[in-house]
Parts: sequence; structure tokens; C-alpha cells
Amino acid sequence: MSRLSGILLGCVAFVVLALAWQAAYWAGVFPPRLFPSLATVADTLGRLTINGTMLVSAAATLFRLLFGFLLAGVVGVVVGLLMGRVQWIEDALLPIVSFMYPIPGIAYAPLFVLWFGLGDLPAILLVAVATSFTVIINTWKGVKAVNPIWIRSAHAMGASERSIFAKVILPGALPYVLTGLRLGLASAWRILVAVEMLMSVTQGLGWLIFGSQQFLNTDVMLATIAVIGIVGMLLERQVFLRLEQATIVRWGMMSA
Amino acid sequence: MAKRIDLRHVTLRYVTDTREVLAVDDVSFTVAESEFLCLLGPSGCGKTTIMNMIAGFLSPTHGDVLIGGARLDGTKHDRGVVFQDFAQLFPWRTARRNVEFGLEMRNVPKAQRKDTALEFLRLVGLADFADVYPHQLSGGMQQRVAIARAIAYSPGVLLMDEPFAALDAMTRDEMQRLVNDVWQETKKTVVYVTHNVAEAVYLGDRVVVLDAHPGRVKAEIPLDLPRPRDPLSATFVEAQRTILGHLGMQH
Ligand SMILES: Nc1ncnc2c1ncn2[C@@H]1O[C@H](COP(=O)(O)OP(=O)(O)OP(=O)(O)O)[C@@H](O)[C@H]1O
Ligand SMILES: [Mg+2]
Repeated sequence: MSRLSGILLGCVAFVVLALAWQAAYWAGVFPPRLFPSLATVADTLGRLTINGTMLVSAAATLFRLLFGFLLAGVVGVVVGLLMGRVQWIEDALLPIVSFMYPIPGIAYAPLFVLWFGLGDLPAILLVAVATSFTVIINTWKGVKAVNPIWIRSAHAMGASERSIFAKVILPGALPYVLTGLRLGLASAWRILVAVEMLMSVTQGLGWLIFGSQQFLNTDVMLATIAVIGIVGMLLERQVFLRLEQATIVRWGMMSA
Repeated sequence: MAKRIDLRHVTLRYVTDTREVLAVDDVSFTVAESEFLCLLGPSGCGKTTIMNMIAGFLSPTHGDVLIGGARLDGTKHDRGVVFQDFAQLFPWRTARRNVEFGLEMRNVPKAQRKDTALEFLRLVGLADFADVYPHQLSGGMQQRVAIARAIAYSPGVLLMDEPFAALDAMTRDEMQRLVNDVWQETKKTVVYVTHNVAEAVYLGDRVVVLDAHPGRVKAEIPLDLPRPRDPLSATFVEAQRTILGHLGMQH
């Protein structure tokens, strides 16, 4: 199938979803107040964008995401690399990491509120905690998957342990590291929206949805949900897809 | 610059949890400076094991490996290694940057690194592919880059473990000619592992024939045919026959 018809088919799915929504609206499955038409949602989205609410909310959420994710990314990659390369660190940390990894980050939310109060700090920390284990596990796997022949070649050419770390292990593990970061960012994005509902921050996309509930502003909720989807998709496409294209796809370590 | 290699009563026993394998049993031979030595023997006779000891990846259970008269130690690396596996090149570096790696480890300045790398890529006929990533090269081209990479930082010895075994026959002939030319140009001390008799006779100044498991030296056959050698000449065929006789493969 050609690329163009593939894209078209992808658009058709959106149109079908939109039509189904409109059909449900016209059929009156829910009262209009609770189930707005697409036109109303689009209208609201336009209004919130023009008056700046959407922008401010998205910026607040992205700010938390950026800090939480950077923290998790740096800590996760460093710990993962060390675990993969140094046996005693692996022995010491693998059990605890394996234990923490499957715990959903949101489970810590009430604790973090008690410890750090409300606001940005607990939200950022929670995102970091929830994300870092995914990054650690994938980075560690990536180091294990580094082809031993690269390390041997580097040794033969006189590389020190430090050069091997920086110039062989790191690039060699990159496909897994990027996967870890990508999965981490996706989970950070998901948890952050939930966290903003629980932590009574004063701005943000999650807050916008939560705050709309008591006024039955379902159009605001839906408009915000659409924005969350769009931002998530942009992060994935514009950040990670590009990063992969520029590195592991270009190097033939992953097919496009 | 080329260095001599001595193996003195080298024995290697692999010890695993379940059993012990005597892979190499009391092997001694010498490779003179700038000599091209082929190590020939049936599969599993310990060729790779011997190679790995000369490369310093493995320590002998008994005996000594000397390069340039000195014991191998962990820090002083003076050998280039080419493996059979095409995947030995770093996929994240272009051909030129792969060849630069050994120079980088010796803190050679950037501009000089680049010039040297290009010079060695030219030597293996790949000057036009300097900025290409390994996955864009054929298997034979990748092995040529690997050879350039293994000699660019001018190690005293060059070790090759069946570098062309996975190539088709036609490409392999071409590669053997290239190795012959590169060796005549650079005059490295070479240890070349193969289980292909014709290849050994085409390349070697001398062939060390190993016995099947455990590896022992069975025969050493000097070859003084003029280079480049003609595989169809009577002397070439005769040399092959002699070696096959030592391998016990002649009827
Ligand atoms: N890591 C290891 N642990 C245990 N035994 C090993 C190990 N590596 C090799 N051996 C054994 O040592 C012997 C020699 O192996 P080696 O790989 O050196 O042979 P080779 O001559 O290179 O064979 P080939 O021509 O198939 O590459 C074999 O019997 C093999 O099973
Ligand atoms: Mg072998």
C-alpha cells in the first residue's frame, strides 16, 4: 500500500469516530449538557486557545513533565548503565528495581502529598519516580544486549574501561535506552494528568479537566482531552521519532 | 615496527561448571618479524583459542605468549585483530570513524586521525566509502574496513581469525589478493587462522598445521613460492597436496 493511502486510511478512522460521536449526540443517548456535540467542543477549544487558558494549562503541565522526565531520564540512564556494567551494582539493585518497576506510580500519590505538600514539587517527584524504573530496566537490558565483539574490538585497539563505557557501551545500548525513554515519557505523560487531579495544583491540563467537573463543563473536558492526545502524539512523533531517525535508524541498528 | 611472536609450551584448559576441556596442548611456535603465518586445522582444534591468547583475551593455563620478546600484559596493547564476524564494526560510526578508533585511543590529533584513516581506507580500496555507515556496506567491504581499522594505528602484529569464511568464493578470492597486497605494503607480522588449505597456501610464508582436538602442532610447512601466487601452478598444487597429507585428508 502506498504511503498516501495509508495516511488517508488513518484519517478515515478519525472521521468514523467523529461520526459515531455525532450520531450518539443526535440520538440523545445522554443529555446534551453531558454529551456535547463536536461543534461545541471545537468551539470551546477555539475559545480556550484564544483566551490563553489552554496554553497556560499546557505550559504548566509540560513544565512539570519536563523536570520530572529529565530527572528520571538522567538518573535512570546512569543507574541502568552502571547496573549493566558493574556486577556488584547489578546484584545490589536488580532485586529492588524489579520490585519497584511494576508498582504504578500513582499509588504513591497520597504519600507524596503528605510528605511534600501540594504543588509542583510532589508532582515532579512523582513523575520522576514513576518513570525512572522503566528507563533503568530498559537501559540495563540495553547494556546486556551490547554485542561482545564490539567490546573485544575496542579492547584490542587499546581502549580503556572509560572509553569503552562512553564510546561503545553507550552508543551500543542506545536502541534500548531510547525505547526506555520513550516508554518512560509516555507513562510520565499519563501519570502527570492523573497527578494533577489529585494534588490540587493551580494550573495544568489535568486540573482543567478536574475543575470542569463540578460545573458540568463537559465541552472543556473533551477539548482538554483532545489537547492531551495531540501533545502526547507530538512528543512521540516530533521528539522520539526524529531522535531515532537521526541515530539508530541511520546506523542500521533499527529499521525505519 | 613489526614484532615477533613466540608461543612457548602453551596449554589452555577451559574449565566450566560441568567439565574441563583441554583445548590447546603444549603448543610452541614462533612467528618472525614481518612473517605471514597461517594457522590451519580442522574445526574445533583450538585455532580461535590460540588466537585469543595471542590477542590477550585469554591467558594460557601453562606456558607463555611473547610479543616482541615481552610478556603480554593488560595495558600494553600492540596488536590488531580482525574477527570472522562482520558485526565487529561499530554501526554508529562511519567507515572512516571506525578506522579512527584505535588512533583516538592513542590521542592522535583529529586532523591527523582523519588523514591516516583515509590513507588506510585507500589501501583497502574503500576511499570512496569513507563516510558510509557499516550497514550500507557489503560483507566483503565491511571486512576490508575491519582490516584497515586493525592496522591503522600501526600495531606490531595483525591477527586474523577466518576473516573471509562467511564470504562467497569469488569475493573471498578477491579479499585474499587484497590481504596479500596489504601485507606486502605494510609488512606486519601476521597470524592468519583458516581451515581452507588453498587459502593458507596462497597467503602464508609458513603454515602451522594443528592436530584435531586437543590442539597440538602437527607440522610446520614453509612455503617459498613467489608472490603473488598462482593457484593453478604446479608448485601451488604440490604444496596443497603436502598439507592435505599432513592433515590426513589425502586418500
Ligand atoms: N569458552 C569455552 N568453554 C569451553 N570450551 C570451549 C570454549 N571455547 C572453545 N571451547 C572448546 O575448545 C575447543 C577449541 O575451540 P576453538 O574455538 O578454539 O576451535 P577452532 O579451531 O577455532 O574451531 P573452528 O574452526 O570451528 O572455529 C573446542 O573443543 C571447543 O568446544
Ligand atoms: Mg574458530
